[in-house]
Amino acid sequence: MNFPILSSLILLPTIGALFILFTKSSSGKYQSSKYVALFISLANFLLSLYLWYVFDKNSVDFQFVENREWLSGFINYKVGIDGISILFVILTTFITPICIISVNATITNRLKDFLIAILIMETFMIGVFCSLDLVVFYLFFEAGLIPMFLIIGIWGGERRVYSAFKFFLYTLLGSVLMLVAIISIYWITGTTDVEKLYELGIKTEYQNLLWLAFFSSFAVKTPMWPVHTWLPDAHVEAPTVGSVLLAAILLKMAGYGFIRFSLGLFPIASENFTMLVYILSLIAIIYTSLVALMQEDIKKLIAYSSVAHMGFVTLGIFTMTQQGIEGSIFQMISHGLVSAALFLSVGVIYERHHTRLINKYGGLVSIMPRYAIVFMVFTLGALGLPGTTGFIGEFLILMGAFEKNILVAMIASLGVILGAAYMLWLFKRVVFGEINNQELKSMKDLKTFEIITLSALIIPILFFGFYPEPLMNSIEASVENTLNMYNFDLINNLASKD
Amino acid sequence: MENFQYILPEIFISASIMLFLLFGVFKKNSANLIYNLSTISLVILLALIINLSSFNKIYLFNSSYLIDNLSNYMKIILVGSGIFVMLTGSRYIQVINLNKIEYPILILSSILGMMIMISSNDLIVFYMGLELQSLALYVLASFNRDNLLSTESGLKYFVLSALSSGLLLYGCSLTYGFSESTNFDQILINSTEFNYGTTFGIVFILVGLAFKISAVPFHMWAPDVYQGSPTSVTLFFAILPKIAALAVFIKFLYTPFANMNDQWQTIIVFISIASMILGAVAAIGQKNLKRLIAYSSISHMGYALAGLATVSNQGIQSSITYISIYLVMNLAFFSCLFMLKRNDKYYENIEDLSGLSKKHPILSFSLLIVLFSLAGIPPLAGFFAKFYVFLAVIEQSMYFLAIVGLLATVVAAFYYLRIIKIIYFDPEKEEFETSHNLGLKITLAISTIFILAYFIYPSGITEVVSKIIMI
Repeated sequence: MNFPILSSLILLPTIGALFILFTKSSSGKYQSSKYVALFISLANFLLSLYLWYVFDKNSVDFQFVENREWLSGFINYKVGIDGISILFVILTTFITPICIISVNATITNRLKDFLIAILIMETFMIGVFCSLDLVVFYLFFEAGLIPMFLIIGIWGGERRVYSAFKFFLYTLLGSVLMLVAIISIYWITGTTDVEKLYELGIKTEYQNLLWLAFFSSFAVKTPMWPVHTWLPDAHVEAPTVGSVLLAAILLKMAGYGFIRFSLGLFPIASENFTMLVYILSLIAIIYTSLVALMQEDIKKLIAYSSVAHMGFVTLGIFTMTQQGIEGSIFQMISHGLVSAALFLSVGVIYERHHTRLINKYGGLVSIMPRYAIVFMVFTLGALGLPGTTGFIGEFLILMGAFEKNILVAMIASLGVILGAAYMLWLFKRVVFGEINNQELKSMKDLKTFEIITLSALIIPILFFGFYPEPLMNSIEASVENTLNMYNFDLINNLASKD
Repeated sequence: MENFQYILPEIFISASIMLFLLFGVFKKNSANLIYNLSTISLVILLALIINLSSFNKIYLFNSSYLIDNLSNYMKIILVGSGIFVMLTGSRYIQVINLNKIEYPILILSSILGMMIMISSNDLIVFYMGLELQSLALYVLASFNRDNLLSTESGLKYFVLSALSSGLLLYGCSLTYGFSESTNFDQILINSTEFNYGTTFGIVFILVGLAFKISAVPFHMWAPDVYQGSPTSVTLFFAILPKIAALAVFIKFLYTPFANMNDQWQTIIVFISIASMILGAVAAIGQKNLKRLIAYSSISHMGYALAGLATVSNQGIQSSITYISIYLVMNLAFFSCLFMLKRNDKYYENIEDLSGLSKKHPILSFSLLIVLFSLAGIPPLAGFFAKFYVFLAVIEQSMYFLAIVGLLATVVAAFYYLRIIKIIYFDPEKEEFETSHNLGLKITLAISTIFILAYFIYPSGITEVVSKIIMI
């Protein structure tokens, strides 16, 4: 590959942002800037689809690799994708145009700045999933804080300042330890190139500490219990589009990091800490599901459900089985679609009624029938009904867990029931029942652009729910390769001990 | 004396100082002219230094004066930032009526003193340079003599600085007494064996230098002096003496005292950690931007010193890279500060920035970039500065220093974020003036672009700096 396709994917949104900088901001409703953003993000989406088309699904190697000298003598700018990362790249490029279309519903002031922030954010998010060098990864991982901080802080709700600060400082605190670990890896092995590190391996005596340092960063970002508290705040206060980006893509960076780095680089430590991750994941699944049941704010409820779903993801990854990891990746993609859709749906009624409290709603089915149907599909997707993507992810994760530890799997299964409980109860309270609140009657049903965005999300949720094969094909070889390397390292380690 | 051409820059700047002084005395109302001439002479000075840079070590005057890669590089960034200080401050000193002939001349003398410090290879020459720059700085700090705060800051700086100079001189005399020479290389040769006299000498010298660089626990003067001095002088304080003091730090630690790193390493680690933590924590409650940047510079000096504590070439180079990036960030920050002007009054409280982003999008964006960079968030230049330092620190397995340093950046991030919050999230206030002098605009543009685009080609500075090898 001579054409730097991945770098173009990464850079294109930033170039678009620069364009927007020079569009007219005075003219009426800033339409031109929005079209530029939409055009750029759609172009990026098509480019990523093309990437998927030319991508060789049977190969386990990283493809489209670009390796350029960057920090002289130390670190190269290296990007490349395998079957796992390509799905996240496509998820990112798919969610971004949807965000841009739904922008005009929620953002009233400084639209231009907002679009620039989103596009810059897209650059960083794609960069995270493509980077094959630890320092480059860290760079993108951390840089995403800046636009997200501004998105929450400028366009957020009442307590936006508190939430933005909490988001920023929590994530930064988790990440600095990862930086120490990355630099240590450089001095231990002499490189931060992920591919080379896979080959070289890291000495057993260092692995535990390094794993913990990476874990501190990913656990905050996932988020895992007990460092999840920034997420409900950030979600509730962020504007709809911010919540969508946060839930759909930012949370996935950590899950991706677990698979790529924690498993790939520190297999022995991962094995040592499996129980810790199981316990934290189970607490996340059960505890946050219970917390979600008690929420009065719709967004907060969905935020807690995100924590629970990500609990399933971490559980699945650390089962170290083919099904578990594939299930986790599938669950991440599914959650990316479903949570984005749920937040958009909440945005729809919030924009009309300006409250997120559940008890202010009720009986929407007779006022907004179309909305009720759409919302139902997403609710079912979130609780994992067969036929939606949510089911396949959870099912595979539980299968993997049963193989490793029956008790853990059984407790986790409870989470599925609780998930159904809070989602269905939410649906019942918002959509069914009497119309207690007379103001609701003036609410209009879905507008065209809302139908476009929401149905764009329904299609993949149902399609891949019935026919997961394309996604599974893409990840299968890479997951198998990751697991093979993992087991190989473990066996070698055991052999060397004997 | 065949090597006279190598101190041509120093001779040139001394001659210009005297010439301008005479000129200013005999010609009335020549303040503006002298200001511009001084700026031009700094440019010529920079050209002379670059022109005379060579990769050899050149000893002059019975090896009491040394020109090498370190001194060349430090002089270049010193004079370079001096030019930008002059460019940014020109309008400011006119507006607050400080445009007197002494102002540029004092700045030039101070720069001369710093150049002598940087090149010195002898305790006496070093002390001469140090006092020359300090004397000029005392006057500059209290230059706004009708202002109570300015006078106070000048006096405070004078008293404390004189005390520290005394300690430093005592340290020098102890070192001389026990190692029988004032020449740095000779001290190195004579001090191979441990003795208490030289150890005490090191401690006193380090105290004096730590004062100049405003490292904890000798930082007390910094907030008051930063706040009280005219802003253009604060900018000068924030950058130039730090460059010179860091160069001298490197010289002292790695030439005369290179054999005694067991003794000084702990001290440097301690003042580095203390500066990082205190700078980060104490800045949180500040209301005045200049005071805040004083604490911020204290913590930044902590990071620069962390590189020196490693006793490795990598560490020294990382410190030098750090100070180079630090000076650009400070230039950008102060350029923004100079733009907060309304009806001939400059504003310097954090509250005055409230809602700045609505009326002044470009200025706010620059501030945003600078503040995130100061906080060390990637992909901005400030991150790379810290990255190099921690790369060197972790290479020596000094994990405690690295982790404390990185945790301090999280605390520090809080107060930088607070400013960003006020600029971007808070309700807007009155508009500021938008017409500024060209030098100020150019400085802001160059420094912001440097910070923003540093990641595209980060090896530029590193390659130059990697030629500085001390061990």
